[in-house]
Amino acid sequence: MNALFVICGTGVFSLLAEIFNLKKWVNVVSFLGLLTAIGLLIYDWGAISYHYHGMLLFDRLAMAFTGLILVVSFFWFWMFTDFFKGEAHRTDKSALIFFAIAGAVMMVSFNNMAVLFLGIEILSISLYVLAGSNKENLFSTEAAFKYFLMGSFATGFLLFGMTLVYGATGSFNINTIAALISSHPVLPRYLFIGILLMMVGLAFKISAVPFHLWAPDVYHGSPTPIAAFMSTVVKIAAFTAFVKIFSVCFLYFNFTLQVFEQALMVLTLVVANVTAVYQNNVKRMLAYSSVGQVGYLLLAFSSDNVNSGGIIFYYLTAYAIASIMAFTVVHIIETKKGSASLENFGGLLKNNPLLAVAMTVALLSLAGIPPLAGFFAKYLVFTLSISKGFVALTVVAVVTSLIGVYYYFKPIVAMAQSTGEVIAISTSQKILLTVLILLNLLAGIFPDFFMVL
Amino acid sequence: MLVSVAIIALKPSMAKFLAFATSFLVLVISVVAAFHFDKNGTAPQFAVDWPWITSVGINFSVGIDGISMLLVLLTTLLMPGIILSSLKDESKPSSFYSLILLMQSALIGVFTARDGFLFYLFWEIALIPVYFICLVWGGENRGRITLKFFIYTLTGSLFMLVALIYLYFQTPGAHTFAIQSLYEAGRALGETQQAFIFVALFLAFAIKMPVFPFHTWQPDTYTVAPVQGTMLLSAIMLKMGIYGVIRWLIPVVPIAVKQWGPVAIILSVIGIVYASCIAIVQKDFKRLIAYSSIAHVGLISAGLFTLSVIGMQGAMIQMLSHGIVVFALFYIVEIIFERTKTRDLSQLGGIRNVAPLLTSVFMVVMLGSVALPLTSGFVGEFLLINSLVQYQIWIGAVAGLTIILGAVYMLRTFQKSMSGEPNSVTALLTDLNYHERLVLYPVVLLIIIIGVYPGPLLGISEAAVSNLLSLYSDLSVSVK
Repeated sequence: MNALFVICGTGVFSLLAEIFNLKKWVNVVSFLGLLTAIGLLIYDWGAISYHYHGMLLFDRLAMAFTGLILVVSFFWFWMFTDFFKGEAHRTDKSALIFFAIAGAVMMVSFNNMAVLFLGIEILSISLYVLAGSNKENLFSTEAAFKYFLMGSFATGFLLFGMTLVYGATGSFNINTIAALISSHPVLPRYLFIGILLMMVGLAFKISAVPFHLWAPDVYHGSPTPIAAFMSTVVKIAAFTAFVKIFSVCFLYFNFTLQVFEQALMVLTLVVANVTAVYQNNVKRMLAYSSVGQVGYLLLAFSSDNVNSGGIIFYYLTAYAIASIMAFTVVHIIETKKGSASLENFGGLLKNNPLLAVAMTVALLSLAGIPPLAGFFAKYLVFTLSISKGFVALTVVAVVTSLIGVYYYFKPIVAMAQSTGEVIAISTSQKILLTVLILLNLLAGIFPDFFMVL
Repeated sequence: MLVSVAIIALKPSMAKFLAFATSFLVLVISVVAAFHFDKNGTAPQFAVDWPWITSVGINFSVGIDGISMLLVLLTTLLMPGIILSSLKDESKPSSFYSLILLMQSALIGVFTARDGFLFYLFWEIALIPVYFICLVWGGENRGRITLKFFIYTLTGSLFMLVALIYLYFQTPGAHTFAIQSLYEAGRALGETQQAFIFVALFLAFAIKMPVFPFHTWQPDTYTVAPVQGTMLLSAIMLKMGIYGVIRWLIPVVPIAVKQWGPVAIILSVIGIVYASCIAIVQKDFKRLIAYSSIAHVGLISAGLFTLSVIGMQGAMIQMLSHGIVVFALFYIVEIIFERTKTRDLSQLGGIRNVAPLLTSVFMVVMLGSVALPLTSGFVGEFLLINSLVQYQIWIGAVAGLTIILGAVYMLRTFQKSMSGEPNSVTALLTDLNYHERLVLYPVVLLIIIIGVYPGPLLGISEAAVSNLLSLYSDLSVSVK
């Protein structure tokens, strides 16, 4: 909870910094704010607390995902400091990012559907602006517009769903709703419609197929740092919200909902992975891959609604580490060479071994090759679904992950071939990439340590 | 014990000499271990068993029995040779050597793992360095070919993973990947489940070996890979598949092996004849050896599935011999290629006149390959064919063709490249230099020593093999 205050405070400071001419301090304060928030979270660890009449709940799950969000944001800030450099509106951007983080934290710690909606809106509205923050670029504006339209559409679904659920149960508190559903076998039929509408709305947010169509264009058009933010922090928050709603609030219906979740999952796995094969732009490919990864998360979640929290946490950790690495390299290439098309990766292995190794490790991890974290994450998901008897679905996932290997290896092959010029990278970027590589290896070799749930 | 040494040694080797020294040190350790090895014990020795990922029942558990010992010896023996063979090549940076060392530790891991998950992990890790060695230092078209190789083998191993997870859930109580529990779980399964497990596991191993018809990745990859990559692939990595059959297939699903073994034998025998015939018409020296390798492996795998002590022992010794011989053959090809810039047999000829040492070495290695008595190849092939004849006389007879066909293509190669008058391409060829002699002479010696006196080597694996098969015959009796 204290962490949330600090995040909001840092956001407000960034806003005020413009007025009081403290621009120089924004970066320093951002880092300090994040570190303080992480520190406070560790301090509060283990204590379950309710806030605001039970609207926010910080239990183990919320704490763990908040921690993940904060740590990833920390790496994100470290990586993309140049996003805030030398441009106008620097304080606005950092303020928006902090509000988005605050929204994300609310999305993982809500105990009341109103708070969930509030979190999603705080997060989304900040992102609509950020996606269009590169104003001179037509694609960026397009991305912002598309994201805004699609996003508000999804929010409409979500809100309508919530209204119906409220109408049927008379409460916004997710525990109360769950208790009510299980104690009253006969409830208005529109409750179920409400639940499905909420699922559609949230599926937009986690970009599961067939509600993913905005994702590639938005990722491609927005500035790379924002795309990285969307594919890590936003994804973590949105998926956690999905998990929480359906594993706590509507657990009673889990056998019925399982069918829908599995349909989403198979579609996501197949469509996203197959489409990714045809991409020539690495950024776009990563967008499809980030859609595809949701499929594996859904496989874990739909196999076991109650006990998959730890596995989902591990999967998201592994995924976020790898994504941040990949987007970092893409960002560096894009700034130096103009675009992230496959040809621009040529010769990287020879000229910038560190970049190439980081990209390789990231892609291998996303593809699920041992001993990296991504492998163990996929392994856990497959184990879980086989243990629940979904062997056929697991085989689908295995096949799509083979397709995944094909497109993840395209940049790797490109990097090993032909030659290009050397790119200069700063020391802090070097340190960060090294840290992330090590983290990825550690998470893969000692997964016990990362499975806190 | 061995593995930890290898992993510590893995730290990025800054220089090739460090790499060589490391691999040599590991060789010394493994030879010492071989002398301390108790031949009559059936339990794994030098065993290490640390809890690793406790929440899902995975242990870091390694140990060596007779079968592992031979393969570990083979790996550690060839590694210094592989590193030495690249020493004078300046174009390979230190990362090349660190990949080779990584490869070595993964291979030793595969051969010693006694935990299903650990085995899978090492199996996959072994794939990565060799993929990058081929991708970065390979020949033309390498991107496409190496990717095919990678995805092909990965497909197989993912099926293996699914099978292992399935077995894992059959273990009683708190699930575990320990080898003994997996054995028991597998044996307790019904016929149909065993057949599924058999197919999944066999696919992984058959692709790795490769057994016909899963061999299509192999000739391209061998040809395009740099010579050290080819050596790693053919001399050692291919044995992973055979080892997998011995350790993780035959003891796990005995009923299915009984039932489907004949299919595997027939596939292998088809592979022998098919690959030999293609080898006869090959023009490219390296491709020719690649196909000959398919033929030899086919014989080994056919021998394995006869499930007799002779066949198994033959397979063991033939694995060793094939590893050494094929390593030397690829090295000789590379030496010739480096000096003449061609691997086309029709352009070569008359090398005997300009490079007598090379010719003599090639002679011995070639004789080893065609299994002339008193060379290492003979012992293995004799035992293997013997087991096949006992199994079914016609299959034995067809498999016996391998020796005849092998003689045809190898002698033809020898004749085309070595004899005759030197032409413009080969006239300036120089004889073996110091490095090359250092690598090739011990190999020649080994081929002859193993051929003349294979007893000690056979002794190492005998107890383990008969233990494996006795478990087996007990079981099949009880099934009937």
